[in-house]
Amino acid sequence: MSDAAVIDVEGLTKTFGGRRVVDDFSIRVERGQIFGFLGPNGSGKTTTIRMLCGLLTPDGGRGTCLGHDIIRESALIKRQVGYMTQRFSLYEDLSIRENLDFIARVYEVPERQHAVGAALERLGLAKRSAQLAGQLSGGWKQRLALAACLLHNPRLLLLDEPTAGVDPNARREFWNRIHMLAAEGITVLVSTHYMDEAERCHRLAYIAYGKLLITGTAAEVIAHSNLTTWSVSGPDLFGLAAELRNVPAITMVVPFGSTLHVSGTDAPVLDAALDHFRARPGTLWIPAEPSLEDVFIRMMDEAPDNFNA
Amino acid sequence: MRFNFSPARFWAVLTKEFVQMRRDRLTFAMMVGVPIMQLILFGFAINSDPKALPTAVLAADNSIYARTLVRAIENSGYFRVVRELTSEAEADRALAMGAVQFVVTIPENFSRKLERGERPVLLVEADATDPAATSNALAALLTINQSALNRDLEGVLQGLQYRPPAFELRVQRRYNPEGITQYNIVPGLIGVVLTMTMVMMTSLAVTREYERGTMENLLATPVRPIEVMVGKIVPYIIVGYVQVTVILVAAKLLFAVPMLGNLALLSVVLILFIAANLAIGYTFSTLAKSQMQAMQMTFFFFLPSMLLSGFMFPFRGMPQWAQWLGEVLPLTHFLRIVRGILLKGNGVAEIFSNLWPIGLFLLIAGTLALTRYRETLD
Ligand SMILES: Nc1ncnc2c1ncn2[C@@H]1O[C@H](COP(=O)(O)OP(=O)(O)OP(=O)(O)O)[C@@H](O)[C@H]1O
Ligand SMILES: [Mg+2]
Repeated sequence: MSDAAVIDVEGLTKTFGGRRVVDDFSIRVERGQIFGFLGPNGSGKTTTIRMLCGLLTPDGGRGTCLGHDIIRESALIKRQVGYMTQRFSLYEDLSIRENLDFIARVYEVPERQHAVGAALERLGLAKRSAQLAGQLSGGWKQRLALAACLLHNPRLLLLDEPTAGVDPNARREFWNRIHMLAAEGITVLVSTHYMDEAERCHRLAYIAYGKLLITGTAAEVIAHSNLTTWSVSGPDLFGLAAELRNVPAITMVVPFGSTLHVSGTDAPVLDAALDHFRARPGTLWIPAEPSLEDVFIRMMDEAPDNFNA
Repeated sequence: MRFNFSPARFWAVLTKEFVQMRRDRLTFAMMVGVPIMQLILFGFAINSDPKALPTAVLAADNSIYARTLVRAIENSGYFRVVRELTSEAEADRALAMGAVQFVVTIPENFSRKLERGERPVLLVEADATDPAATSNALAALLTINQSALNRDLEGVLQGLQYRPPAFELRVQRRYNPEGITQYNIVPGLIGVVLTMTMVMMTSLAVTREYERGTMENLLATPVRPIEVMVGKIVPYIIVGYVQVTVILVAAKLLFAVPMLGNLALLSVVLILFIAANLAIGYTFSTLAKSQMQAMQMTFFFFLPSMLLSGFMFPFRGMPQWAQWLGEVLPLTHFLRIVRGILLKGNGVAEIFSNLWPIGLFLLIAGTLALTRYRETLD
């Protein structure tokens, strides 16, 4: 194990009511990395993150987080981790400042007043700091929660869908901030459903039905998929899509704005199969780079649904 | 249109309610359990005509008359002689501690005076803090009086059989001579109010964190269970003191309840009693899955506390099993202490036997609460 591995876990398993919601999960995250955590709803992202910060006890597996054992030393881990929960979990009946103040106290942040003041300033909520947190809009709650989990200068950030419901401008700010923090050596594990955010991560992990399917950079993930994709535009794309879906060589047809993304895993076979459609008047076929979304949708379709099995 | 009632929509709401009711097993169990508990408590445990009350005898004259009188008193069914005393001081102490309800004193030279027709005094002292506990027994005494010695007064003494009886029965209602119910109820109310609010407030404290989702954040911070527990309990201790102050002031101003004992001692006992209730509330809080369930657990604890502690009905009127249950409840012991301090002027020595059970309860409930508090979301 190198010193640089901030998260290093092996074979993590968690069972709820006889269902393995996280199954034999292993990852390594290096210091200063922004690690994207993707996967469909209910695939076990939140459960995994909770095991990493000691909120859930794994049924199997072992590993370390910031050099501390995740099972025996969760108290030590908690001090240095900033965990942002998926559901807003600050106190709605406390004001913005009171919430930050409380968090700063339980983490024993030095120069608390100053730290809270600075956080409010950066958040742009200094003027509204007396407002109750429960009255904030959804996006603002997210931003407050992020500010709260950064108060104690954690070495590792575990962010569970931190930008859900956040407007594009605030999201951009958020990601700039994340990259700044990473440059300072803070490690970030962030779960998201947004593809543009996935592309901003240094590395990605894709999990489906509790199983880790792939890890790597965005480019590696795309290359690994072996997908060949064509983009087609023209009249009646809806009808065309229905026809294309019946072609065995085509594994995936996904509408993308005013085009369709048509993908297959075997390039020559796909090419041959598409010949027939290229002749259609008005259609325009352009070879395209498969997007992450194409790749993920493909992986999800392929993954065995062990929950329903 | 305004009075348009759709059976389908009504049905939708109705079935939804039933499904939700079925999901919440505990609530369902309570809806069945509470009536059963009430039935048992009201039906079997409660008796407002307590009999066989513990009585001590201080006999300075151990004659046949004395023994006959004591037996007659016992035969009424209201008195059960549990102790023989040897001194006045011992009698005072037994009453002050609540060890006995009555002390019967047969003075020196009782038989000699009786035989001489001098009508000696038979003294019965009652612990009248709770007038309801003693009134029937004292009424029964008057009927004994008339005929008790008739069989012993034979031969030359037959003349003494006539009324008025050969001795004078003197009853002394200690601590509450006028039998004012408020003197008993108002101090007791301190305990009842504290039990209700303290258990309820804390039982909601942790459950609320779970229900609102804030527990996840709290558990992710370095905060320790003991810090959370003490941090949540202390504010309510202060609330408890405010409540007690309000009741005590009202007791003095509105009801003129006597306050013989040391209020500082009372306030020390209060810490223990409040903490015991908070610990039980905190335990509920870790068991309940919702605030609703926490409320119901509170009620489940509060009901027997009200009925079995001696607050509403005389403790000694209850059957043995109910008394044992009552002895477990902190309120039972607190009631004895608060009445002892205010009405009897009890000090540490007299209340100690009721103090340690509260301490023990606190220890057990506190340990339970701490072990039940989970540091994870599992
Ligand atoms: N406390 C629990 N008890 C029972 N099942 C649970 C519990 N928590 C999570 N699960 C189950 O575990 C699975 C994984 O849930 P998890 O919340 O980790 O998914 P996720 O990847 O975070 O999904 P999402 O993208 O919707 O947030 C789900 O099927 C969920 O139903
Ligand atoms: Mg989740």
